[in-house]
Amino acid sequence: MTVHSFQEHFDSLIDNDIAIEPKDWMPDDYRKTLIRQISQHAHSEIIGMLPEGNWITRAPSLRRKAVLLAKVQDEAGHGLYLYSAAETLGVSRDELYDQLHTGKAKYSSIFNYPTLTWADMGAIGWLVDGAAIMNQVPLCRTSYGPYARAMVRVCKEESFHQRQGFEIMLTLAKGTEVQKKMAQDAFNRWWWPSLMMFGPPDAESPHTEQSVRWRIKRLTNDELRQKFIDVTVEQAKVLGLDVPDKDLKWNEERGHYDFGAINWEEFKNVVKGNGPCNKQRLDTRRKAWEEGQWVRDAAQAHARKRKEKMAKAA
Amino acid sequence: MEKEINSKNEWPLWEVFIRSKAGLDHKHAGSLHASDAEMAIENARDVYTRRMEGVSIWVVESKNIHASDPGDSSSMYDPAADKIYRHPTFYNLPDEVKYM
Repeated sequence: MTVHSFQEHFDSLIDNDIAIEPKDWMPDDYRKTLIRQISQHAHSEIIGMLPEGNWITRAPSLRRKAVLLAKVQDEAGHGLYLYSAAETLGVSRDELYDQLHTGKAKYSSIFNYPTLTWADMGAIGWLVDGAAIMNQVPLCRTSYGPYARAMVRVCKEESFHQRQGFEIMLTLAKGTEVQKKMAQDAFNRWWWPSLMMFGPPDAESPHTEQSVRWRIKRLTNDELRQKFIDVTVEQAKVLGLDVPDKDLKWNEERGHYDFGAINWEEFKNVVKGNGPCNKQRLDTRRKAWEEGQWVRDAAQAHARKRKEKMAKAA
Repeated sequence: MEKEINSKNEWPLWEVFIRSKAGLDHKHAGSLHASDAEMAIENARDVYTRRMEGVSIWVVESKNIHASDPGDSSSMYDPAADKIYRHPTFYNLPDEVKYM
């Protein structure tokens, strides 16, 4: 086959919604785009454990602690599913870690905000995981097979994350005045960064068009953001909390909520590394990696010794 | 640069297969890194069966899996395409014939 016919074959698979698998021919840019997107996603799961890790020892009850531990463990798992999917594209785990640890790779900017109170665990589950689910459900049908399969697994597990967050918010919102205030404060701080999680507006999103063409992305940033706002505003009513947006208004004609301007300057700044916790998150992650080096070395030495012993015995 | 990172001491990659319940076959679940088979099984338990998804785990070091080439698809699978007589529906039987 010529390069031209390889491309034609690839295009016809995409157009007919037939999954691309690791050994199939694919354009270089498709491979690169996937490695970037999947690894950013994996990094986000790994860094995403840190803001919550802050509260595991201080959870208000044993039940909350067990739940938070399970959630954080899921996130480690999600990171691993996604790293594995990225590795099927020919990049090594060490390379991916290196990109994260040197700051070359990005992760979701939401995790660069601090978790100041217990209500933040509620707001993160409800809003951040809610936004993540909105993003991830369409990715279960993304064109690259290993990525789609990883996302199916992630989505199955993610819905408990959002529910436990909403439950925390509900408990606080129905609690004392102080607890309600705490819930509202967390909502105020996490609402806008959650909207930013969907990425820049379509008009300024450099990769969207090509990614939609390749069926890597199924919906655009703006479509997903609107969907998220429409469902979340209704959920806020159940909580009896106020959406921190004075321009929020139901638009009968569009059948959607209109919302206020998002501070994209802030978003760009956090992505660039100037968010409240960027440095802290990366430092924590690097420290964990470096201090785990002896464990990795020891496990390998143990495996080698055992192999040698077995060879001798044979 | 890339070479250098690649050659670091990465734990080998393993493919994980899980039997979801007795009577069903093992199915590919994903992959993970581990220093040996025992650790690969333990990690697979933690990564792939946190919600009772399995009753049995197989792990195979990824380098030991040999796969067919999708480029050979036509020579591999086309020969089966014109042999519809291998399917029971190819044969027309009178309606009176039962249980066949």
